[in-house]
Amino acid sequence: MSKTTLTRRGLIKSGAIGSAGLALPTIFTAQSAHAFTNEPTGSTVTLGFNVPQTGPYADEGADELRAFELAVEHLNGGGDSGMLSTFSSKVLQGNGILGKKVSYVTGDTQTKSDAARASAKSMIEKDGAVMISGGSSSGVAVAVQALCQEAGVIFMAGLTHSNDTTGKDKRANGFRHFFNSYMSGAALAPVLANAYGTDRKAYHLTADYNWGYTTEEAVRSSTEAMGWETVAAVKTPLTQTDFSSYIAPVLQSGADTLVLNHYGGNMVNSLTNAVQFGLRDKQVNGKDFQIVVPLYSRLMAKGAGANVKGIYGSTNWHWSLSDAGSKAFVKSFGTKYGFPPSQAAHTCYVQTLLYADAVQRAGSFAPCAVAEALEDFEFDGLGNGKTLYRGTDHQCFKDVIVVKGAENPTSSFDLLEVVEVTPVDQITYEPDHPQFAGGALGTCNNGV
Amino acid sequence: MDAIILQILNGLDKGSAYALIALGLTLIFGTLGVVNFAHGALFMIGAFCAVTLSRILTLSHTIVDPERTDFLGNPLKVEVPYIHDLLGATAGDKVIDWAVPLSVLFAIPIMIAVGVIMERGLIKYFYKRPHADQILVTFGLAIVLQEVIKYFYGANPIPTPAPEAFKGSLDFGAALGFDPNVIIYPYWRIVYFGFSVVIIGGVFAFLQFTTFGMVVRAGMADRETVGLLGINIDRRFTIMFGIAAAVAGLAGVMYTPINSPNYHMGMDFLVLSFVVVVVGGMGSLPGAVLAGFLLGILESFASMREIIAIIPGINQVIIYLVAILILLTRPRGLMGRQGVMED
Repeated sequence: MSKTTLTRRGLIKSGAIGSAGLALPTIFTAQSAHAFTNEPTGSTVTLGFNVPQTGPYADEGADELRAFELAVEHLNGGGDSGMLSTFSSKVLQGNGILGKKVSYVTGDTQTKSDAARASAKSMIEKDGAVMISGGSSSGVAVAVQALCQEAGVIFMAGLTHSNDTTGKDKRANGFRHFFNSYMSGAALAPVLANAYGTDRKAYHLTADYNWGYTTEEAVRSSTEAMGWETVAAVKTPLTQTDFSSYIAPVLQSGADTLVLNHYGGNMVNSLTNAVQFGLRDKQVNGKDFQIVVPLYSRLMAKGAGANVKGIYGSTNWHWSLSDAGSKAFVKSFGTKYGFPPSQAAHTCYVQTLLYADAVQRAGSFAPCAVAEALEDFEFDGLGNGKTLYRGTDHQCFKDVIVVKGAENPTSSFDLLEVVEVTPVDQITYEPDHPQFAGGALGTCNNGV
Repeated sequence: MDAIILQILNGLDKGSAYALIALGLTLIFGTLGVVNFAHGALFMIGAFCAVTLSRILTLSHTIVDPERTDFLGNPLKVEVPYIHDLLGATAGDKVIDWAVPLSVLFAIPIMIAVGVIMERGLIKYFYKRPHADQILVTFGLAIVLQEVIKYFYGANPIPTPAPEAFKGSLDFGAALGFDPNVIIYPYWRIVYFGFSVVIIGGVFAFLQFTTFGMVVRAGMADRETVGLLGINIDRRFTIMFGIAAAVAGLAGVMYTPINSPNYHMGMDFLVLSFVVVVVGGMGSLPGAVLAGFLLGILESFASMREIIAIIPGINQVIIYLVAILILLTRPRGLMGRQGVMED
């Protein structure tokens, strides 16, 4: 017969071991239920599309939203599958992502950083969005990217062109497919030198905010390397509507080229004013006066009307490209909506497919697993030729399109014509390039 | 010297827009005592009258061109304006080209109607309410109006060019003995300045030399006495609201070739125009015009890169700095009257 002695110390030990034993499964269960922010547990997965639905960029936001809807349709097996049929990675089968049907919620950035953060936060916290995408401004992209880093979700940037998005403000949870200011400068400069010569005096008008600064710096350094001289660079308020007082002194400066580092309404107004002042009819230094718009968008070109004729710029993508991916996307989008997609729509559609593909390859929605799958991922068939999602800064490296305002457009979509597809090698830079100095990618965050 | 002349010229057209909007604001404030924050929206509606007439003139039917294809590879549908069928291609294009000047005639009845409806339908209920209530309701109305315009016309700017005859710019420098290309000024901006001078002159003449104007001025000075004389001053003030709306609308129509119209263009001008009214002196029509041109020219000077180099950011705050300075030294503004907004 054994004798059991119950001591106080033994009771505490047994209790502790028993409690730990009972708690163990709960700890594991709890960990697996909340392994990362908004882990999808049901039959659907929710993506958050944060686009400007009100404010001056609402039309661009509407086009982004159309592209997102189309991407979701294709991921769920609807429509004609679009770029899924041309994408070099073949893991997506049209049955959602990891077998889960894709649903989405939308937010309104209003093209304001605080509003964009609030709508992204709401989609993450209330709607359970596991990824945020979209946007039409670098200020918004940087703000939302930082929020997603803190929250532990992936941010697939929409239209953001500032170097800083993948430069000093880069984040491990953020990825950019869109090109940047450096790439615009590097692609444009040789075309400009070829068209206008290497002996030019440039006058820059620059929107007084982050994107304007990086674009001016990029275009200046690229054109100066080609032999151009920058005679002046003037910052213009973002709220400026009439640029006459900035444009009128351009000819007095001895400049023979005006570079408009403006986007959206700023670009429409400054270009309209410059043409109105007859700059393009003038001769300076024995040369025809020229205007350059580093970043073009078809939607903006529409606002400037005939003023864009013959003016060079760069774009991330254009619907008239003849590769199989672009054709498939234009066909899908055009058939569904009746007009060709914008570059903003293209980048948003591609970012959604790239995210879904990365999840599928990683076998998990966990942000760190997705980030690992995206880093140094090489792909093709999405409209810009062979592309690399560089791991060190989460920037896509691909061909850049140099365009010119069409001289004789046949329709309201036909406003820009592709002049050159600049190969990726020409626009690639080292991760420690001075224009991208500062900041650190940090480590990815799974949240929770 | 050439830079100074250039910036004075630039300030004139900007000042013209400020003066026209501020004139309308002052008319409404002086007659009805209402602080109308929807006045910028009236400028915007005027601009969209030009857009609307352009669209009416370019209403089209489609014909299929089997020789060419659209972006999907289908035969291209070419739009042919009905006006080509009516007048022939050359004459039709000429009419379309002159859409903006023609819009002045189109906009006058529309803007008067909008003004009268606005006053009778909403503003009149706020005459006896505090100015804060008037500001809130008219600001709300402005937001509603711009959202309506955005719903129908989209958020992007819509190009509305000047007639071909007014494209390009005049070389003032060459005419004044300076080097060519040093002082240039677009033809359409000269037209805009001339147009605003005519409108401002017309409003002053109307108030000064007509019986209607005399009654309105009397009403502005002493509304009760005019009412006791058996004159229905309210009806006249309603008409003045319509006229003020038309002035803002016409300023908007003629502004469209300068900057492509968009739904929030009214807001861009509204705050500055209020500053103009305050600097000019609340209720003073000559003050509004004087301050409009003065601040327009000062804003142009502050945009010179030589000045920005000395005081960075001055271009963004100059108007407000000058407003503070003037109000500190002349609290009633440049030409303000005693007793206005002082109770």
